[in-house]
Amino acid sequence: MELVTKALVGNRYALARLISLVEDNGADARAALATLYPHTGQAHIVGVTGAPGTGKSTLVNELAKALRAQGTTVGVVAVDPSSPFTGGALLGDRVRMRDLAGDPGVFIRSMASRGSLGGLARATSDVVRVLDAVGFTVVLVETVGAGQAEVDVARIAHTTVVVEAPGRGDEVQALKAGLLEIADVLVVNKADQPGAAQAARMLEMVINQNALPPVGGDRGGEASDNVWRPPILKTIALDGTGVPEVLEAVAAHRDYLRTSGTWAEREQARIETELRNVLQQELLDRLLARVGEEQIQAWVERIAAREVDVYTAVEAISSTEKRP
Amino acid sequence: MSERLRILIAKPGLDGHDRGAKVVARALRDAGMEVIYTGLRQTPEMIVEAALQEDVDAVGLSILSGAHMTLVPRVIKVLREAGLGHVKVFVGGIVPDEDVPALKKLGVAGIFGPGTNTQVMSDFIRQQLTEV
Repeated sequence: MELVTKALVGNRYALARLISLVEDNGADARAALATLYPHTGQAHIVGVTGAPGTGKSTLVNELAKALRAQGTTVGVVAVDPSSPFTGGALLGDRVRMRDLAGDPGVFIRSMASRGSLGGLARATSDVVRVLDAVGFTVVLVETVGAGQAEVDVARIAHTTVVVEAPGRGDEVQALKAGLLEIADVLVVNKADQPGAAQAARMLEMVINQNALPPVGGDRGGEASDNVWRPPILKTIALDGTGVPEVLEAVAAHRDYLRTSGTWAEREQARIETELRNVLQQELLDRLLARVGEEQIQAWVERIAAREVDVYTAVEAISSTEKRP
Repeated sequence: MSERLRILIAKPGLDGHDRGAKVVARALRDAGMEVIYTGLRQTPEMIVEAALQEDVDAVGLSILSGAHMTLVPRVIKVLREAGLGHVKVFVGGIVPDEDVPALKKLGVAGIFGPGTNTQVMSDFIRQQLTEV
């Protein structure tokens, strides 16, 4: 495939076209991904997530700059939300990444979430794979402004950086399940603002609790030495303060994954999740193609008329032949 | 052509007035397009690089400084040099009537001045980008 060949030898427009192909799930997308797959598995994939306005894009900009100073090539995938009503999107992450312009060692791609709810777009993992295949050493994945449950990034990233900012709620917020649990590195950005030390202390407490074995759990009595404790780092991304330390922590986490065997473990888990997801989608698509839109609509009407309930309908639809 | 229209909205040059660019970005978003907004003070090279990486169907340039006769030809030239001659260019902002023919001759697909109805604008852009 010409696009793949060109992208693999460094043609940037071919790379951009290839990403579009994958993003749109075009006719040749699967063939392209199959050809690229043997080239993947080299990049360190780093997720950057956090609530809107915590400074994710600014931090990504600074991290990419610092990586470039070390001579590392960087791919950036920045996801912003699509409108649930019009499907349109305003992708504004580049506004904070202007420092990276003109550097051939950087490639930035904005993606609209296109209806996905986990903080990424459906095709984000495939786009990351494309950037990995063409040789970017680090791929930074910036999620949409995440609430509490947009944790998909942890499934595609080796290292997840969660960005917090001062004044974002009390201890109970931090105790809730979700975003903080997926953090490999925690950053309190805007550290020059009031409440930063407090926010860091609060996170510290929660992380220390996470590292304890669960009460009455069967994980044995003591925390293993081989457990990664997410460091909590303060930054002022706007002027780069604290960014080298974040980069060091990200590199340390990569080394930890490699030496502890967790890298392969995560890779396995990631592949299994992906296989199940793709299988699910594929089977659904095939079933729907067989059943047909007309029959689905007929079931919708019967359910609305209270003739059958959803579960009975699904039972009938999935065992095919039967008609409403 | 991608299933979703992707359009880059950029402000080349030195004027700092981005209200218009933001209104346009929002209007195109509401028209169902994926709008990549680059922010202020972009050089033509930066704009073309972003257009390339983002694989956009069109570039919208917002210029209120009066430098359009310098900036627009430069953006179009750099686009062509980058192999992006097929990417349509639209211009918004303050463009005197007498400059319009010259810009159109350069290949600008549409020029929108103050007071343009955003619905009319987004319909026009969509039509320009989807016609074969």
